[in-house]
Amino acid sequence: MEKTGAEILVECLEREGVDLLFGIPGGVNLPFFDKLYDSKIRVILTRHEQGATHMADGYARATGKVGVCTATSGPGATNLITGLATAHMDSIPIVAITGRVRSDSIGSDAFQEADATGCTRPVTKHNYLVKDVKILAQVVREAFHVARSGRPGPVHIDVPVDIQRAKTEFVYPEKIHIRSYSPTIKGHPLQIKKAAELIRESERPLLYVGGGTILSGASPEVRKLAEKANIPVATTLMANGALPYDHPLYLGPLGMHGKYATNTAMQKCDLMISCGARFDDRVTGKLSAFSPNSKKIHFDIDPANIGKSVRVDVPVVGDLKTVLKELVEEIPSQNHEKWIRQIQEWEQQHPFSYKQNEKDDFVKPQYVIQELHRITKGEAIVTTGVGQHQMWAMQWYPCRFPRHFLTSGGLGTMGYGFPSAIGAKLAFPDKQVVCIDGDGSFQMTMSEMATAIHEKVKVIVIVINNYYLGMVRQWQELFYQQRFSASCLTVEGGRRSKENEPDPRKLKYIPDFVKFADAYGALGMRITRKEEVVPALEKALESKSPVILDVIIHPEEKVFPMVPAGAGLDDLIVDMA
Amino acid sequence: MKEKMGEPRHTISILVENKFGVLARVASLFSARGFNIDSLAVGETEDPTVSRMTIVVKGDERVLEQVEKQLNKLIDVIKLCDYVETPHLERDLALIKVKADKNDRSELLQIVDIFRAKIVDVSDNSVIIEVTGDEDKIEALIRMLASFGIQEMSRTGIVAMARGGKTLTL
Ligand SMILES: Cc1ncc(C[n+]2csc(CCOP(=O)(O)OP(=O)(O)O)c2C)c(N)n1
Ligand SMILES: [Mg+2]
Repeated sequence: MEKTGAEILVECLEREGVDLLFGIPGGVNLPFFDKLYDSKIRVILTRHEQGATHMADGYARATGKVGVCTATSGPGATNLITGLATAHMDSIPIVAITGRVRSDSIGSDAFQEADATGCTRPVTKHNYLVKDVKILAQVVREAFHVARSGRPGPVHIDVPVDIQRAKTEFVYPEKIHIRSYSPTIKGHPLQIKKAAELIRESERPLLYVGGGTILSGASPEVRKLAEKANIPVATTLMANGALPYDHPLYLGPLGMHGKYATNTAMQKCDLMISCGARFDDRVTGKLSAFSPNSKKIHFDIDPANIGKSVRVDVPVVGDLKTVLKELVEEIPSQNHEKWIRQIQEWEQQHPFSYKQNEKDDFVKPQYVIQELHRITKGEAIVTTGVGQHQMWAMQWYPCRFPRHFLTSGGLGTMGYGFPSAIGAKLAFPDKQVVCIDGDGSFQMTMSEMATAIHEKVKVIVIVINNYYLGMVRQWQELFYQQRFSASCLTVEGGRRSKENEPDPRKLKYIPDFVKFADAYGALGMRITRKEEVVPALEKALESKSPVILDVIIHPEEKVFPMVPAGAGLDDLIVDMA
Repeated sequence: MKEKMGEPRHTISILVENKFGVLARVASLFSARGFNIDSLAVGETEDPTVSRMTIVVKGDERVLEQVEKQLNKLIDVIKLCDYVETPHLERDLALIKVKADKNDRSELLQIVDIFRAKIVDVSDNSVIIEVTGDEDKIEALIRMLASFGIQEMSRTGIVAMARGGKTLTL
């Protein structure tokens, strides 16, 4: 049957099982939007294209399915860049569809023309400019396949407006084959044997579990391996929830703001088993001092990750879930009681901790998150912005399930939290979805409150409000002689120092987040005292409409422990005291 | 492995889909990851759907490993061959415009002869020399021509092929 490009786009999306699409229309994607009008795909009109990408991303992280977003040409397309880069760094499957100016005016500086594929090339796994309607169905098919297979990632399809209108005979390509693309799924049997041998010989093994575990759906296999060979498990920021937080072999997070015991175990282990982790500098610290005496096994689906920053003894390329299934068969039951007891001792020396109310009677951010964890049993979907609050969320909201902690790890994108929470909530309307945000991060995408209200998406935003770009302030305090250059978010702003700091009790906060909530028809509550925390959380969880909890904390609050940038994991600062 | 300025230099050929934007993908990969390209040559192959790029790149072992892995990761890259351990031919073609009046020509002719190059254009006070060869040969000729005064030079970049029966095809 003859179909237009726009009809083909919509039909291909439907056949891929797309139920939600996030985006904003404009001149050159109007044919596409017109066909969406008759489709059963739910279109979520966002307030900014960045919001659309993060919503698609949040949807993808929470479900494991491909998230889809769309924008017009020029400014619409360039507004996608941050979200695509965020997804690219964390290997999240997204398909972004943009309209492009008419084929015959490409390159003429036409109205709202930008070289969109040129812009997205470095921040996507792959991209397409469709110059012929005959290949459109094939391209959409390929795009979804590329996005979700191998090491997943975002894919961009740019479709000129005349191609959306052009007609062709529509044949759905049932099969796809890309001759230049076939990710390795099965691990090499010999390499798996070698890995098993190292595990058998090890006395102090450690599982170093990263975001790839979540992406591969390999949590059950990691757990089996850990239990059978009695191996403690450390997670990166991206792998929060890979093992239930109360599992006896779970140690907690690694890295710059990770646990003392976990980082020490990393330094002292004799065998590191890296599962879908990529030796990010926020985990390793100074490379030359990173886990110096361990043999290293590295499981990764991306061969380019192997040996990129750390030399490993046994690399195994393949899908983690597939590989671990085979590995578990190769290893005997083991017991590492002595090693585990040693780690427990380290844990007792320096657990995550905070002192209540050392400074006036300000609410402690850790306490708020701890209470949220208690009330929701660690089972809510939590998203974050980037900064101190993100690290507190990692430390105090260890998840029970995978795909429940959505955070921008690789790119560190402020503004990710709120829209990704909306995406996740749309995927799981019956779950509690809570965005633990910073006052700075929230302001980057808070215009999406309109989307949340409009679409009746109930998410809770807990703004950890220190009226500062807190993580910037923390670095300025520790490494820049307390010269708070452009990090204060109050009216006083500008150049602050310890001496001319505004009094937090007499401040004029900008904006007033409670009034902001009110303006949109959301529920806003301000929390300034400890006793208010639990009742407010309970009220928020019961609310039917979106909620903003504006939690006023003291700006001097810092994230500890901390490995200063460039230092080794042994140089962990446990506390300032 | 040829040593130049201390860092190993590899000649890599890749077969890529003959599609719009592939050259930009390869070039932007190099700039994004900070790899140093010495030369890059692109052309068609015996199969019209496939183009061949030959890239000369410098870097230590780890950098080169990354270069190859990252190239292989590009969806449009079909096959890759690093010639570092393969007996192979390398050829570069250069057009060199040299200042030369009547008095210089006989000496120039001798040099051109020795290098099995060709004079392909002559004017009152300049000639264009065409030379094909590996990099060493071309560099040597350039050194010889320097004293005459090189006015302009244009090179194709290196292309390579394995000796004997070994082929880089689909
Ligand atoms: C888009 C973007 N711009 C700048 C930064 C650099 N940055 C990292 S953390 C941070 C401060 C975040 O402030 P806030 O959201 O209030 O969180 P807090 O650290 O105060 O908890 C900044 C500016 C970033 N990560 N992302
Ligand atoms: Mg802040």
